[in-house]
Amino acid sequence: MFAVLRDLVRYNIEFTIGAILVALIVTFACLSFFSPVDPTQVYLAIPDQPPGAQYWFGSNSRGQDMFWQLSFAFRNTLTFGLTVALLSRILSIGVGLAAGYLGGWVDRVLMFINDIFVAIPIFPILILFYFVMRSNLNGFTLALVMACFGWPYDARLIRSVTLGLRHREFTRQAVFAGMSPVKIMLQEHLPYVMPIIFATTMANMIWSIGLEVTLAVLGFTNINIPTVGTTLYWANNHSAMVVGVWWWILIPVIIVVLLFIGLFLLAVSLNEYIDPRSRLRRMGA
Amino acid sequence: MKAYLLFALKRFIQLLAVIFAGCSIAFVVSHLSPISPVESIIGRVSGQSSYSPEAIKSLRDTLTELFGLNVPLHEQYFNFLRRLLAFDFGPSLMAFPRPAMELVMLAMPWTFGLLMVSTVLTWLIGNVTGGLAGYYQNSKILKTLGILAIAVQPIPYYIVAFLLVIIFGFFWPVLPISGGFAMNVRPAWTPEFILSVLHYSILPAASLVIVGIGTWFLGMRALVSNIVTEDYVTFAELGGVRRNRIVFSYVIRNAMVPQLTSLAMTLGGIFSGTIITEQVFGYPGLGSLLVTAVNAGDSATTLAVSCIAVIAVASAIFIIDLVHPLIDPRVRAE
Repeated sequence: MFAVLRDLVRYNIEFTIGAILVALIVTFACLSFFSPVDPTQVYLAIPDQPPGAQYWFGSNSRGQDMFWQLSFAFRNTLTFGLTVALLSRILSIGVGLAAGYLGGWVDRVLMFINDIFVAIPIFPILILFYFVMRSNLNGFTLALVMACFGWPYDARLIRSVTLGLRHREFTRQAVFAGMSPVKIMLQEHLPYVMPIIFATTMANMIWSIGLEVTLAVLGFTNINIPTVGTTLYWANNHSAMVVGVWWWILIPVIIVVLLFIGLFLLAVSLNEYIDPRSRLRRMGA
Repeated sequence: MKAYLLFALKRFIQLLAVIFAGCSIAFVVSHLSPISPVESIIGRVSGQSSYSPEAIKSLRDTLTELFGLNVPLHEQYFNFLRRLLAFDFGPSLMAFPRPAMELVMLAMPWTFGLLMVSTVLTWLIGNVTGGLAGYYQNSKILKTLGILAIAVQPIPYYIVAFLLVIIFGFFWPVLPISGGFAMNVRPAWTPEFILSVLHYSILPAASLVIVGIGTWFLGMRALVSNIVTEDYVTFAELGGVRRNRIVFSYVIRNAMVPQLTSLAMTLGGIFSGTIITEQVFGYPGLGSLLVTAVNAGDSATTLAVSCIAVIAVASAIFIIDLVHPLIDPRVRAE
């Protein structure tokens, strides 16, 4: 594990940049645990102060210190992204391994369902969810719903890897040794799939955070929980750009774009690491 | 030919399954609601002025019947499916008594035009530049494009659209940032109107293209840089085939096939992007309609837009899949 990381840092500049960006933002989000202010309270700071010594990221028109506000926002957004990623990983690993190893009609049925989920445009469905749940829609429910739609691409990817593993010597040996299919999938095949799971986790987080920002900007989530999307929602609500409170919009946008680029670079570099051809080319072999 | 028809039939069955599943999910979600649409309308109406209890009761009965809520849930579901065949989603609330479908049909051409033009442009530009970047790996311009693509690709649609609004709305107001056409032009098939529509579509389309291009560029570059090392490419180079011919007919054409498949797979996501882009630019398409309907508490229109979105995206994917074998001979043989 350590050697892999060392190699990645040494030969893959994308990985290093991505890791630094993500680590910085995670640290920033973790600062919220030591925050002196409550993010749900308003008019605690002098409103509309530009970034300066007192308020590092300025303060918004609702009288909130943007530094701590954004720290909370990124904590919630990252937690949300991770929740969706973990939940949908469970689904995609289950479906992918089962379809790939068991094959036959299990494979056909699962992939049929998979193709249906790929084709359904999720955004209208999410808006429909907000429409019926209104303010009952909390972060976890939303994460659960998104996880139900976030698995199909990766399930297909995992299936294609497992298909190849099924005819390998060690699988046959495990079958003859009397291992149960569940055990073979989890103990023998899962480790091979693990790198893909790491790479797709990043891609999935980009996807879910992007959707959350989009929903929240429209006001289609619980707008009282600080996230990146709701920060932008409130900024639009107070016409921050027209009034000239540009830091209210610009700073969260810059940080979230950095987060996206960081996650994307991590996903790309891990993908490249999985593919031995491109890894060798990079190492100059 | 027979194999192709069989393939088309199989895909058609899948199309029906997707539409059925998508619309069923939409139906189930819209009936999960802890808030009854009838009660929320009554709440809104009786909040504005006072009514007698009898009037409210008869209003409640009428609304329950109008929404078809007076029968058990499974019957409601069958009614919904039957009416879906005729594209009948009932009257919309915000433009009562116009049918929800009429509103959808009005908004449809806008979204369709915007989505089609921007997707085709994005796909072609992204793939061709990506292919060139994969083949000419030492070109400085193409390398810079690659870095740009990595930086822009993961940014969500909303933020790019929003940045364009800020740039062209506040700093450099040369392009219209809101609406589908100029206020003083009458919607008719006149050159004036068409020019106005094109003028107003530049920014929404540009934001979709900017976000989308990176994905295709990076995907194509990765595919091509693997193909370039294949023996047949080296052989063609040694045989003195012209470079342009190698790039376009030998390399890019082969790499196009997986890119076409992934176009079909990402179409749903592109549609989501269009919704948000329309909302940002006040473009009169399905996305704006959906947001307005949600804010107005109009369940019929919301359901109608969701179902039409499912049907439209699934059909587009179906069409792409039908074209697929015509480009890739390997699929035809299967």
